[in-house]
Amino acid sequence: MEKLIEKYYRPRLPHIWCPGCGNGIVTSSIIKAIDKLGLDQDKTVIVSGIGCSSRASGYLNFDTVHSLHGRALPVATGIKLADPELNVIVITGDGDGTAIGGNHFIHTARRNINLTVILFNNNIYGMTGGQYSPLTPTDSKATTAPYGTLERAFDIAELAKAAGATYVARGTAFHANMLVDVIAKGISHDGFSLIEAVTQCPIYFGRQNKKGDASAMLKTQRDNAVTVEAAKKLSPEQLEGKFKIGVLHQSEAPEYTKQYQGIIDRAQKGAK
Amino acid sequence: MAIKTIGKHCKGCGVCVTFCPKQVLGLDALGKITIVDETKCITCKQCEMRCPDYAIFVEKK
Repeated sequence: MEKLIEKYYRPRLPHIWCPGCGNGIVTSSIIKAIDKLGLDQDKTVIVSGIGCSSRASGYLNFDTVHSLHGRALPVATGIKLADPELNVIVITGDGDGTAIGGNHFIHTARRNINLTVILFNNNIYGMTGGQYSPLTPTDSKATTAPYGTLERAFDIAELAKAAGATYVARGTAFHANMLVDVIAKGISHDGFSLIEAVTQCPIYFGRQNKKGDASAMLKTQRDNAVTVEAAKKLSPEQLEGKFKIGVLHQSEAPEYTKQYQGIIDRAQKGAK
Repeated sequence: MAIKTIGKHCKGCGVCVTFCPKQVLGLDALGKITIVDETKCITCKQCEMRCPDYAIFVEKK
């Protein structure tokens, strides 16, 4: 890991994330996946939005864009269309990607453009002080919901699948090695890939909801996560309150940049 | 094995101490990572894998 830090991180550590924040673990999983696949650092672009998770792009030694709030996906789409040879990896958070960027999210999934999106799900807007996000579980406390949230949370994996994503996976900060595998598979997949990385926010989510410290929240991830294979053998009652991890969905569909090249070729030939 | 810690990176969250199966690690008076007994280390690298702050590295010799 120390060598990976020298190779792939900018010399500006320590990072600004709170003590016990899982974002550092997820970021290192992304780096391990990139290293495992041997991606060329000069041919890999990391795009992020705004938020705690999106700070990650500033620490990584690639061509990076720290874009606008919720707008990481349109920026990434532009980069990918300009040069489809690039590996474009998007780092976003639950608030950034599913609230203000929710519309971009479903339409980028629908287009099936070859991007890899790693959505850090910490269940809260951490950077701005703990407001609830579309992925905050019902009845959780937040600074904007002192008596608990009324809204139901998105199942972002199901949403992505319904919107047309061709690779959907989930991992956790606790299962860091498995997260490396699902991210690596997502980068290799030819099409829109979403990886939901469940991470802990012990300060703004954990403290308000009495979830304990970072270690306790990691143990909660360990106890509540069920692999896709194990989930097949369990009854719906046994799966109550649990969430599945692993590759949740994979399918084939035409990839957008390849189809776009087809349009360019046809237009240049003058065909109608 | 060799355990390397970087105090400057450590924020004292205690994740490494919790997940170490052999009680090799501890926190010092300032709340930073410290090695209690290096001889017990089995190089499972649970600490390195889960350290959110890149403050601990374990090398097999």
